[in-house]
Amino acid sequence: MTARVRVALPEHLRNLAKVGDEVELDVATPVTTAAILDALEARYPMLGGTIRDYGTHRRRAFVRFFACGEDVSHEPADAAVPAAVASGTEPFLVVGATAGG
Amino acid sequence: MSGVRVLVGTRKGAFVLTSDGKRQKWDVSGPHFAGWEIYHVKGSPVDPDRIWVSQSSGWFGQLIQRSNDGGRTFEPVGNKFAYDGVPGTHQWYDGTPHPWEFKRVWHLEPSLSDPDTVYAGVEDAALFKTTDGGQSWDELSGLRGHGSGPKWAPGAGGMCLHTILIDPANPDRIFIAISAAGAFRTDDGGATWKPINQGLHSQYIPDPKAEVGHCVHRIAMHPSKPNTLFMQKHWDVMRSDDAGDSWHEVSGNLPTDFGFPIDVHAHEPETIYVVPIKSDSEHYVMDGKLRVYRSRSGGNEWEALTKGLPQQDCYVNVLRDAMAVDSLDSCGIYFGTTGGQVYASADSGDSWAPIVRDLPAVLSVEVQTLA
Repeated sequence: MTARVRVALPEHLRNLAKVGDEVELDVATPVTTAAILDALEARYPMLGGTIRDYGTHRRRAFVRFFACGEDVSHEPADAAVPAAVASGTEPFLVVGATAGG
Repeated sequence: MSGVRVLVGTRKGAFVLTSDGKRQKWDVSGPHFAGWEIYHVKGSPVDPDRIWVSQSSGWFGQLIQRSNDGGRTFEPVGNKFAYDGVPGTHQWYDGTPHPWEFKRVWHLEPSLSDPDTVYAGVEDAALFKTTDGGQSWDELSGLRGHGSGPKWAPGAGGMCLHTILIDPANPDRIFIAISAAGAFRTDDGGATWKPINQGLHSQYIPDPKAEVGHCVHRIAMHPSKPNTLFMQKHWDVMRSDDAGDSWHEVSGNLPTDFGFPIDVHAHEPETIYVVPIKSDSEHYVMDGKLRVYRSRSGGNEWEALTKGLPQQDCYVNVLRDAMAVDSLDSCGIYFGTTGGQVYASADSGDSWAPIVRDLPAVLSVEVQTLA
């Protein structure tokens, strides 16, 4: 089973993947952060390593995830995302943190 | 008609500067990879249309880009740099063990014979190699496995492997340098390595025979004399005539021997260039004057080259990978500054002119001489 999920990427990653404001992905259910990133990296291999570490799958320090107005960066990667994201009503946001100079 | 292509990496993107053999009028393209840190851009000597880019970001990590059309277009290739086996620890600033962690690629050195083979020097210090055009990268782990790895410590800029020199007469012989571990040499294509730091003296290392720990900033070699190496160390300009087995100082009459880049004239193996800066605590040129120093005697006797360079109120630095030479008949010398200027000399350094004045801080400069 898959669900149609919308993902919004930060500008640098949009440029890298040559995509617009949002991408739509078929994500394996249950829809989790890890499942979304698996689908994203499978569709756009050039994004590998830019959001999470290849080996550990740990989120890069200055990348954040938002869903339905909430920061879900610290939620377990295998936790289900809000239903509105899993249904495609709301996008899953990948954000470059406001840090780093 | 012959020409040159200058490849510039900056804090906020890459730029490609092209000119004909006169090197007076320049076309500037960029920024490529706008907003990203571009530590190094270098072309293959086998296929000049193939250009390699190290693109990184504190947010999104490391990417490697490859061009097959001389820098007009680029495509991302493999960016997985995984240390071989258990990475182990090196020495942290406070002397405690610290795990090896990949941060970025400082330097890309394309093979002299195969366009699909490239070496990558990374932070935390290690050497990687691709033989499939950048799709996959494997660590040459004999370097970190040399045994001295736990004693290596980062310099102020990080523990970076920043210099890779391939012996054109013997591709199994490669020289590398790490801040602040020192210089190393392999004679078997990277399987095993030996430290080559005898003769280096650093104020903060009391043991004159210390195997590692020296802050080597840059090494240069002329392809016709691969056993002669020139080194800009943290302090001191050094020379070796036995492939690094021993070093002696050639700072001579330099006003200060602290600096980062060093390079060799394309046609005169005893003509070398440095850009001295004031000190380890003041990383800019002395007295507000941007001066390249040239020695035509392989060191010791140096002359200041100032024509066309700012001689007042200038406080820039030139970083270790930000100087290059072309191989046209009248050798061209190029360098980029932390103030965003790229200067060129078409007459071996006698006179200079800026190609561009207002780029982001320049991290690296390489040049391709085009037929």
